[in-house]
Amino acid sequence: MTSLENTAEPQAWFKLDRDTNKLAVGGAWTIAESARLDKELGALKLDGAPVSIDASKISRLDSAGAWLLLRTRRALQAPDAKAGDLQLPELYRPLLENLDQPRKSEPHKSRIPPGFRGRLYKMGRTTVHTYFQALSMLGYLGRVTVETIEAFARPKHNLRIAAIFHQIEETGINALPIVGLLSFLIGMVIAYQGITQLKQFGAEYLTIDGLGIITLREMGVLMTSIIIAGRSGSAFTAQIGTMRVNQEIDAMQAMGLNTVDTLVLPRIIGLVVSLPLLTLYADFMGLMGGAMMCYFDLGTTLPAFLRELQQALHVQTLMVGLVKAPVFAFVIALVGCYEGFQVERNAASVGLLTTRSVVESVFLVIVLDAAFSVMFSVLGI
Amino acid sequence: MSSRQAQNGHDREAVIRIRGLVNGFGNKVLHDHIDLDVYRGEVLGVVGGSGAGKSVLLRSIIGLNPPQEGSVEVFGKPTSEEIESPAMRELEMRWGVLFQEGALFSSQTVAENIQVPMREYTSMSQALMDEIAEIKLAMVGLPCETGDKYPSELSGGMKKRAGLARALALDPELLFLDEPTAGLDPISANQFDELIAQLQKILGLTVFLVTHDIDTLRAVTDRIAVLVNQKLVVGTIDELRKNKDPWIQDYFSGVRGRAALASMDTQETR
Repeated sequence: MTSLENTAEPQAWFKLDRDTNKLAVGGAWTIAESARLDKELGALKLDGAPVSIDASKISRLDSAGAWLLLRTRRALQAPDAKAGDLQLPELYRPLLENLDQPRKSEPHKSRIPPGFRGRLYKMGRTTVHTYFQALSMLGYLGRVTVETIEAFARPKHNLRIAAIFHQIEETGINALPIVGLLSFLIGMVIAYQGITQLKQFGAEYLTIDGLGIITLREMGVLMTSIIIAGRSGSAFTAQIGTMRVNQEIDAMQAMGLNTVDTLVLPRIIGLVVSLPLLTLYADFMGLMGGAMMCYFDLGTTLPAFLRELQQALHVQTLMVGLVKAPVFAFVIALVGCYEGFQVERNAASVGLLTTRSVVESVFLVIVLDAAFSVMFSVLGI
Repeated sequence: MSSRQAQNGHDREAVIRIRGLVNGFGNKVLHDHIDLDVYRGEVLGVVGGSGAGKSVLLRSIIGLNPPQEGSVEVFGKPTSEEIESPAMRELEMRWGVLFQEGALFSSQTVAENIQVPMREYTSMSQALMDEIAEIKLAMVGLPCETGDKYPSELSGGMKKRAGLARALALDPELLFLDEPTAGLDPISANQFDELIAQLQKILGLTVFLVTHDIDTLRAVTDRIAVLVNQKLVVGTIDELRKNKDPWIQDYFSGVRGRAALASMDTQETR
């Protein structure tokens, strides 16, 4: 390990003469020797009588060494001692005088009290912070809603068609491979688990019913939403956040551009269009994955698989899944854009808020999914 | 300034030695076989048009940009080694670099930033490091409360001062400054010039200073290297004012240049 301290230098030294109360100091007092000098000087004991320091034998001095010298002098000498009392080569006098300025450093007190009260304080602070964050997000939701209505009222002026199609391509078409592959694999996994469990009751053909219902009602839309939250929600936050760091948002606002119209609406509309389509595609791929598993495990051919599905499923089953997709899309896009605008002007902030955006949108998607389930069960769907 | 030059006279050890340096991007040549010596204890200013390759020259010297051709030696050792190798660490602990925007680590407070090189290269106790961080802050003219702040809470000028405090953390022999006064208001820029001159005098530093600011050049440099037509022209301000090259002529006799130099002439006659 390279270190400043192993360089071969003339050693720094000091010697305290108890009889004359004189501290003789010499050698190279540099940062390389500081760690050692700091420890040894700390062990020096003074017996009340002021000590004069003779540093005329110093061969090199830098600001770390000068600080140690000053600190020692402050500790050993009477408070009213003058700088002249210190003997030092003329060359180094400016350095010492530069450092020897009285500065008041008040120990700053932490505002957080210790112990139980501290924990209470932190809990309260987090609660209040969360409350205001929720309030601010609600406010943002309101603003976006109003702007959306306005945009659709005057679509020529406020709707940016090119940007919307660009977002559909980014979040929809470009996501087809990953969404397709993962849904296919999930379909396989569900079918495999269904077959192994239901075989014990001789009901393995019910696997197809279960697979169809789970995929269409829940897994298709949930998997797609979570993938898109990680893929596009995070991209929204990072894009808008980086624009904030570069002051591009400020520039847009200074030109009188509406940031909701230009940045947020294309993303929200784009995702609201593409996520249901992606969900439909994911449903299809999931069923295909299941069909493949059934073919290998049960020997069910594709026509037989589809016939079984036809008996188990209704159009309603598909619609129950699909109706959730635009809602999830709206939440993912809203959270992604909102967190993007929360970015402060530093690099760490983009990463932090991108993480938060993904966590929040996945959380909200799952909570909303549960809410949908409760609603459907009350409605008896 | 004259005392410093006299000091250089009997001690002409070249701290930085560049021979036949070639740098470029694609077909564009930035440096065409450049030679340069920077002597111990002097302040060398480097000027040149935007995109002339001033920062690239600095990066070549400290080993961030391996040169296409030629050699760069600092303290007599080549800087063409792998940047994180032990040989380079030996050099890196002897120099300090102030990057253009300060380049403070945004996840750490200013005091922690200053302590990074100390932690890396010495075994000082935390208490001593805190004290030294505080005196470094005082040296660059920042109040000690600044130590507890994060870089995002500082203004541009304060970031540069904090960056300078970090560059000075190990009391380096050699200091690289990349446009230290760019983006500062004239008063802050003047204070920064004075600060650099003062620190240079007190600590006996060698300073390699990239700048656009003709006031800075006048206030702190001993010699100036002008990067023009892929070559370096080196001299004092007075020598360069007599140079026939049109860019150098423009630079030192343009409106801004004349104003800055006129104030120098009146100061000298006083």
